Amino acid sequence: MKEAGVKAWLPSLLRLALVVLLIAFVTNPGWFEPLLKPLTESNAPAIYNQGSLLALTLLHLRTVLIATVAATIVAVALAILVTRPAGVEFLPLSRSLVNIGQTFPPVAVLALAVPAVGFGEKPTLIALFLYGLLPIFENALTGLTTLPANVVEAARGAGMTGWQRLVKVELPLSAPIILGGIRLSVVISLATATIGSTVAARTLGEVIIAGLLSNNLAFVLQGGLIVAALAVLIYDGLSAIERYTARRMGQETA
Amino acid sequence: MTFRFDKLGVVIAAIAAYAVFAAPFATLRANRIVPGEARSILEALPQTLGPLLLAVVVVAAVVALLKTPLILRLAASVVALAALALLIGVAGSFLTPEGNSFARISPASGFWLLIFAFTLLLADVLTRLNLSPSARIGVLVVAAAAIGMLLVSGSWNSLSILKEYANRADSFWAEGSKHVTLALGSLAAAVLVGLPLGILCHRVEKLRAGVLNVLNIIQTIPSIALFGLLIAPLGWVATHVPGAASLGIRGIGTAPAFVALFLYSLLPVVANTVVGLAGVPRAANDAARGMGMTERQRLFGVEFPLAFPVILTGIRIVLVQNIGLATIAALIGGGGFGVFVFQGVGQTAMDLVLLGAVPTVATAFAAAIILDAVIEMTSTRRRVAQPA
Repeated sequence: MKEAGVKAWLPSLLRLALVVLLIAFVTNPGWFEPLLKPLTESNAPAIYNQGSLLALTLLHLRTVLIATVAATIVAVALAILVTRPAGVEFLPLSRSLVNIGQTFPPVAVLALAVPAVGFGEKPTLIALFLYGLLPIFENALTGLTTLPANVVEAARGAGMTGWQRLVKVELPLSAPIILGGIRLSVVISLATATIGSTVAARTLGEVIIAGLLSNNLAFVLQGGLIVAALAVLIYDGLSAIERYTARRMGQETA
Repeated sequence: MTFRFDKLGVVIAAIAAYAVFAAPFATLRANRIVPGEARSILEALPQTLGPLLLAVVVVAAVVALLKTPLILRLAASVVALAALALLIGVAGSFLTPEGNSFARISPASGFWLLIFAFTLLLADVLTRLNLSPSARIGVLVVAAAAIGMLLVSGSWNSLSILKEYANRADSFWAEGSKHVTLALGSLAAAVLVGLPLGILCHRVEKLRAGVLNVLNIIQTIPSIALFGLLIAPLGWVATHVPGAASLGIRGIGTAPAFVALFLYSLLPVVANTVVGLAGVPRAANDAARGMGMTERQRLFGVEFPLAFPVILTGIRIVLVQNIGLATIAALIGGGGFGVFVFQGVGQTAMDLVLLGAVPTVATAFAAAIILDAVIEMTSTRRRVAQPA
């Protein structure tokens, strides 16, 4: 906003280019074969050939989406519960549990979920769900416990019921912080979902692991870059939504 | 006399009731990979001990359920956890058929749920006691010593996870020390590079956004891909730079894992250094300048000590994250506890997975508690040191 010109629209242009590149790559990976060919040895295929990259990308995104939606619902509901008078007893404990939970490495969660639910997508969903809970819960808690006291008082003074205060004042005001938690959670999940392929989940991790096993650097690179590009784009998109809601909240409370 | 219920106690009692009446206490398997048969508490323990454990669980659950003094709740949770820990070992030897070395006894869902329920109670008591940082480390040391004693005494030796350990005792410690070296070594390297870089970013505003953006993007590369991508450049270094190979730099193995962990560690260290230095009160800096301190004196005498707790928080994040991520190093031959996790997943031998996962979680957990305590100590000391 400070300076117009090249600098102002360069980031958007870069993002647009990344989107176009990403779509072109997953739909028509053959176009990029000459670029990746030098990375392979002894005439190994340069483009992943045991499944469509587009299908894997969509499956990857679906897994992350399901896990994040479930984690958001549960984490926000829990945060609301422990910040109500009826649940306030659970607040200190829930804080310590979140701290403990964060020390569990995703690989361990993933591996330990296998005996309970078997191989495939389910253990990945469980690991992503559990791992995604923490940042969202923490941010929702921060959002709901650091609301400006005068606003909450005003809402109470205006005769709003507990439910009305929650839906019309507290949740909208903490929405930007909660969104920040969701953003963190999504980026972690996008990367963690790749590890899901070690327990036979169909995600982009399949491409990377195939590359590691057959010593094919081109596979590792394309799998890694697609996930990284998705993460950067989604991170940016959610940041923009976050700024938008924060601005709206600012206007409404001003 | 009226009884009042504790809300958390209701949850704990419900979990305990389900665990005792509807879930198996131990699983008996003919060998390490076949599905097992479930055994309840009464079936898994010798005649007098089964009812005794039931009684301990019921009493502890009732203590949790009612509004009782903290000290009583503490005692109940500790006694229940100790009884469970001791008796699962007894169940192991009791259920193992005479002279059979293939049979595997492992704790089943009921046992884990009971442990979870009473750990919840213990965690709640400890949270409410609001322990000082050194007391928290004390509790950790006592718990670690108790578990260590159980392990050394051999009372858990008939459990499946320790049978897996017995088969791999040597490689367990070798992989364990590799794991810790990877996690701590990459942290040390990240601190050595990240602190100066953070200070530089704080001083030179133009650099800040660029460096943080690059580090942010590195974080988005999935760990297994980053590990894999480093194989090629390090392999090149090993073959083309004289002396590199003799330093242990190779395309696969520990070197790419170390570099990947180092790269992931940089962001939290640099970002927290920048945030910590930015949070130093202006007044403190002005006062230091007014006293005629040089730039260097101001950095080490004023800014750095004041920013220290925030920087330490970054280091805590990195350490816990690295201990977890180091498991993935096993995929590219980097060693660490991940070796057992991935072997176990490959063989569908869950005891082997546990052999890798349990020490990883325990190390990460201990590291988090210790560093949290240190962070609290340093930040309170600072508050006392400069009132206002």
